[in-house]
Amino acid sequence: MSTKFTKDHEWVQATGSDAIVGITVHAQDALGDVVFVDLPDVGKTFAQGEVAGVVESVKAAADVFMPVSGEITEVNEALRADPSLANSDPLAAGWFFKVKLSDPLQLDTLLDAADYDKFAAES
Amino acid sequence: MAASDDSLPLQKTPLHALHVELGARMVPFAGYSMPVQYPAGLMAEHKHTRTAAGLFDISHMGQLRLVGPDAAAAFETLMPVDVVDLAPGKQRYGLLLNDAGGILDDLMFFNEGHDSLFVIVNGACKVADLAHIQARIGARCDVQPMPDHALLALQGPQAAATLARLSPGVERFVFMTGGAVQIGDKDVKIPAFVTRSGYTGEDGFEISVKADDAEALARLLLAQPEVQPIGLGARNSLRLEAGLCLYGHDIDETTTPVEASLNWAIQKVRRTGGARAGGFPGADKVLAQLAAAASGAAGIADHDTLKRRRVGLVALERIPVRDGTPLESFEGAAIGQVTSGLLGPTADRPIAMGYVATAYAEPGTRIQAIVRGKPVPMEVTTLPFVPTRYYRG
Repeated sequence: MSTKFTKDHEWVQATGSDAIVGITVHAQDALGDVVFVDLPDVGKTFAQGEVAGVVESVKAAADVFMPVSGEITEVNEALRADPSLANSDPLAAGWFFKVKLSDPLQLDTLLDAADYDKFAAES
Repeated sequence: MAASDDSLPLQKTPLHALHVELGARMVPFAGYSMPVQYPAGLMAEHKHTRTAAGLFDISHMGQLRLVGPDAAAAFETLMPVDVVDLAPGKQRYGLLLNDAGGILDDLMFFNEGHDSLFVIVNGACKVADLAHIQARIGARCDVQPMPDHALLALQGPQAAATLARLSPGVERFVFMTGGAVQIGDKDVKIPAFVTRSGYTGEDGFEISVKADDAEALARLLLAQPEVQPIGLGARNSLRLEAGLCLYGHDIDETTTPVEASLNWAIQKVRRTGGARAGGFPGADKVLAQLAAAASGAAGIADHDTLKRRRVGLVALERIPVRDGTPLESFEGAAIGQVTSGLLGPTADRPIAMGYVATAYAEPGTRIQAIVRGKPVPMEVTTLPFVPTRYYRG
């Protein structure tokens, strides 16, 4: 199991062809208090880079981009009920959705933790 | 939030170093580097202001004096507002209009007595305002910018008790009054000009001081147990819950006072039939729109003269509806646009202000906002979204 990151500030944690997606610590910090998440429908398929959801804080709305192509298999209903989980526990309880990967090799195009931290610090 | 030309270097308020020391996230706003939030975060800052007392740096705003025996009469020619009859020691909300009745800026003015008006204008507009005022009435009074002054706001239900501890007597000022005071403790005494006013819907004060005294005053206020520093982010959510307009978003040069539902700011004396009716820029249009609004109240609405109005909106689903979102009737007709919107931290629901065609402006009317292509039902509502707590004695 490995965790990869996008330059759009999502994380994706894959086990075989299944993956969990969320937004990063840096992303939730930049957004501030998250008050609303718009999650995709289960069963819908997205290509890598497509907008799959929206996360809104009191001050701004931000798109959530699909880190890897695939089909949505589950969304985090707890996050829908309590959007502040994206702030309080972005890497675990605040996950956004689960994906059945259509091309697991896409994971290799993403950043590892060290490279992402460097990117986020500079951005 | 309106920002001005970002090619110019940002100015700093006298409290800039203190903001950085307090861990603020600084952003460009109105040509200044301003704190958008402190480490507590927007939500906590908003709630602190509604329950205790918040300290805001609003030194980016413009302060000026209009001085001379003809100053009030001259200033009255620029606004649809009663300036001449405002008693010494009292403050009022005013609107600078262009010749088409559009709003150049909204402002507060205070009669200091001795033929002197103290005026506070928006930061992003202050250069243009000064030029406009100077050009139109500079021959009739002395227009004195006050760039060596800072402006702080102390807002919240505990603001009066806090400030009275440092300046006994200020608790006796009622909403929209004020005067010159000393603020301090056994170590410091700071001369200041306070008004019991603000832009959060809460009881509170705006405090004008010499720039050199601003940091000492801010530190003294922050040392009080009820007081926390509050950034522009929470200022924006507080003012929207209070139903107050943000210049550049909810009102601008293309909106008139009547379209903006600011009729209450036009006193009877300046209206048709009043002792000093008209005589302000765009008067023909604004007075015709006032008549149209009155006919609407009588059930014979004149929608040609008054095509749109600013309204309060609540979303009937828990989805924030933001600035720029298109508004439609349920039949799909385009009827307007949101100008401010967010999930109100105290209201605890999505709230917005925007302009709709006059036929849709009645409270209780249902319309829909198109958020990312999806319709979200909304209801037109009265303002404010959170009851105001101004101290009226």
